[in-house]
Amino acid sequence: MGILYDKVQIEAALATLAAEIGESIPANGQVAVVGIRARGEILAQRLIKLLAPYQPDGIPHGVLDITLYRDDLAEKGPAAVVRETQIGFPVTGKYVILVDDVIYTGRSVRAALTALVEFGRAMATRLVVLVDRPARELPIQPDFHAWRTRPEDGAVVVKLEETDGIDLVELE
Amino acid sequence: MSAAKTPDSAAPQAGLGRTTARAPSAPESGRGGKEAPAWRRKHLLGIEELSAEEIIHVLDTASGFAEVSTRSIKKVPALRGKVVANLFIEDSTRTRTSFSLAAQRLSADVLDFYSAGSSLSKGESVRDTARNIEAMGVDIIVLRHSAAGAAHYLSRCVNTSIINAGDGQHEHPTQALLDTYTIRETKGRVEGLRVAIVGDIGHSRVARSNIWCLQKLGAEVTVVGPATLVPKGLERMGARISHNFDDVIPEMDVINMLRVQSERISSRVFPSLHEYTWLFGMTPERLERAKPDVLILHPGPINRGIELAAEVADGPRSSILRQVANGLAVRMAVLFLVNQAASVSA
Amino acid sequence: MKTIVIRNGRVIDPSRKLDQECDVCLADGQIQEVGRVGRPAEVTIDAEGLIVAPGLLDIHVHLREPGQTELESIETGSAAAVAGGFTTVACMPNTEPPLDDEAAIEYVIRQGARAGLCNVLPVGAITKGRSGKELAEMGRMARAGAVGFSDDGEGVASPAVMRRALQYVAMFDRPIMQHCETPEIANEGVMHGGATAVRLGLPGLPAIAEELMLQRDITLTSEAGARYHAQHVSTAGSVELVRRARAKRLSVTAEVTPHHLLLTDACVATYDSNYKVKPPLRTAKDIAACIRGVKDGTITALASDHAPHSVAGKELEFQRAPFGIIGLETALAAYIRALILPGHIDWPHLIRLMTLGPAEVLGLTKGTLQVGRDADVTLIDPQRQWTVEASRFKSKARNCPWNGEDFVGKAVMTIVGGEVKYCEPEDDGRVGA
Repeated sequence: MGILYDKVQIEAALATLAAEIGESIPANGQVAVVGIRARGEILAQRLIKLLAPYQPDGIPHGVLDITLYRDDLAEKGPAAVVRETQIGFPVTGKYVILVDDVIYTGRSVRAALTALVEFGRAMATRLVVLVDRPARELPIQPDFHAWRTRPEDGAVVVKLEETDGIDLVELE
Repeated sequence: MSAAKTPDSAAPQAGLGRTTARAPSAPESGRGGKEAPAWRRKHLLGIEELSAEEIIHVLDTASGFAEVSTRSIKKVPALRGKVVANLFIEDSTRTRTSFSLAAQRLSADVLDFYSAGSSLSKGESVRDTARNIEAMGVDIIVLRHSAAGAAHYLSRCVNTSIINAGDGQHEHPTQALLDTYTIRETKGRVEGLRVAIVGDIGHSRVARSNIWCLQKLGAEVTVVGPATLVPKGLERMGARISHNFDDVIPEMDVINMLRVQSERISSRVFPSLHEYTWLFGMTPERLERAKPDVLILHPGPINRGIELAAEVADGPRSSILRQVANGLAVRMAVLFLVNQAASVSA
Repeated sequence: MKTIVIRNGRVIDPSRKLDQECDVCLADGQIQEVGRVGRPAEVTIDAEGLIVAPGLLDIHVHLREPGQTELESIETGSAAAVAGGFTTVACMPNTEPPLDDEAAIEYVIRQGARAGLCNVLPVGAITKGRSGKELAEMGRMARAGAVGFSDDGEGVASPAVMRRALQYVAMFDRPIMQHCETPEIANEGVMHGGATAVRLGLPGLPAIAEELMLQRDITLTSEAGARYHAQHVSTAGSVELVRRARAKRLSVTAEVTPHHLLLTDACVATYDSNYKVKPPLRTAKDIAACIRGVKDGTITALASDHAPHSVAGKELEFQRAPFGIIGLETALAAYIRALILPGHIDWPHLIRLMTLGPAEVLGLTKGTLQVGRDADVTLIDPQRQWTVEASRFKSKARNCPWNGEDFVGKAVMTIVGGEVKYCEPEDDGRVGA
């Protein structure tokens, strides 16, 4: 148990991430930001605001529900909850920023990448996370991250105002 | 010692389960949510036994699946490697097609067992047929049968998941779920709405399932039809009974027009189609007297000019084609939920 | 044939309002003595704590022979009867072919004698082929041994045919036994036509389907002067119709079954075909009316309507499964649960409903312990607790709604014509030399 970062730190970290992402956008590249439900979706919305200066025409926001693409779908049984995936724009040719709160085993991101491919062939896909928790089980790494925890820190929880009433990153 | 043995029967649940239908896209449940799963049923046999929470969970899940049909690649891997068998002892092209397409969009393999009475008339019981299907490794049986209770009965005979696609005059749960989904989608809520179901209520599984479903979500249901087709026992299910359509029309938010079965005329339960239409048909004149935002539903196929005038069926207040599209999403949700529950209990 | 003395039992004989602890002596196939029996016996039975009653009668059973012996036979049905305490059964004519002529009646009597367990008395059909159209040869069947006439399984729909049948049968001093069900109203009904049927989406068999035919028949009976017996009455309205007919001194009797005294239409909620029966299980109000009818003497006979079906036959969708519940081996305990335990009637009244009452319906000289009558005796342990195990029934059938349930009271010995045909447990030492 222990609070790692508070609201102010999270805001600052997102601003830094947005700047890094903004720099990475290729010339003539059209950006789309896709969040993984549920907290990736909110972080994606926040990033879109911060990225606005880099893409004056507006940035489409997508939401991926990865439930159906998880490799443990059968094991989850009735606990698997499906909600809407919203990709209201053509993915083909886009510079897609995929957003999640924490990357740990890499399996969620694997599922998200599989789901994303169903919607078209992105020009490139980049992965942004708030926290990189070590011990990957798949060869997937974030392109941008705010913080990295140590293996001995254990589980990390990201809470966001929109879903949890407070902005917080804490150890479980 | 009590003399009469009356096992607990599910009492009519009017007034219970007044749960507000949630907005379809509310992100109330993230992945890894730890609350108790809202759906644990391996079978969908009827609406009567479902709670309001279970119904809402199906509708919310259906919202999640509706988007799949808008993709260019209309397929998700939810039931990959699973086999769904349509066992239709009574034919229904629409329902069967809808279930087939739903299963295919979930990446399941689909088998069709047409029967249309032939298997039973040959003397093979539906139990034997279902056991044969089960032995082929089928995961879900979608059963349409002319006998009430057939789905309940079959769920005791086989281990496969059973989805009731209509059992006699008893229930047609996915039809009620898609009707309710359409109402929620159009009106934004179900609770507090006044819904009329009009037609041959007594013989209608659609009516029974809708009565349960809508009341559990807090709607007020009135059944309307000739006295010979509206049995008194329906009041015990919580529905209001009316034999005067014109009285009821102005106060309704939703009007669900049931199909007139032509075989009812030969059994003399009403004198003629002409008189039926005059008393209970939805004509443009009657529609004039309804609320301006009334929603007209029909389970299809329509007898144009009998229970529903062509102008009404094709008019702006009719949601009949939305019902068909929503039926696909609802059936995907049901197939998915039943399969997820079975994957754990297996 | 050995002389049997049953000692120290509670002897109940409704024919002379006897209810006291004494002995009963049987010899030469007849009742020899009831009271304090001094004479020596070849077989002595200690009946202390037991009820000693005239052999029980069940005037409504289906033994499925000839034609459907895969469901039941006269032999297995007789075995079930004596295991349930019955010394006499009257079997219905809806066999294949139906019992609608002299030869068929003689066949059943011969098969009953061959089984050698209980008295098997055939009921002949009212109409040829039970088709409700032409009268069967009721005179020749009566001479051959038919004890009554019924098209059971169906009611005689045509009032003209029924009128003629009542007029005709009066010549032979046999009752018409009617299964009251108006076919046009019963239609495709499979359960009681009420709120539960509406909820379950099952076609209903309304109470009026039964009452309409019963009302018509009572009117016809008053004209014809025949004996009329309403089989398995199940509705409050039917009980009231019989009550009024009897008040007018019409020769109308009625029976009620164990399941119509204990089970309601709510039992059908799980679509279990073991609750599918004709007439259908009704409501709690109807049960209360039937019990009132038993208490006030409107109903004078209890009958099981033992209707055997195969497991495969019953394992069907409810709407497709056949109608029927078996009852021979559970009837007595079910009546005890329905009538004795709640205190509705006492033992002498129950014994009357199972002996003298049914004997009178058929005009038999049975159902009594009068000296010189057939030595048919049933010993009942009123305290015996037991669990229904359908798999151990002597009947071939298993379509019993009480499988696995605990009952109180059981027949422990059945004596037919002076011979012990059933005794349990077989080695309890009651029977001494």
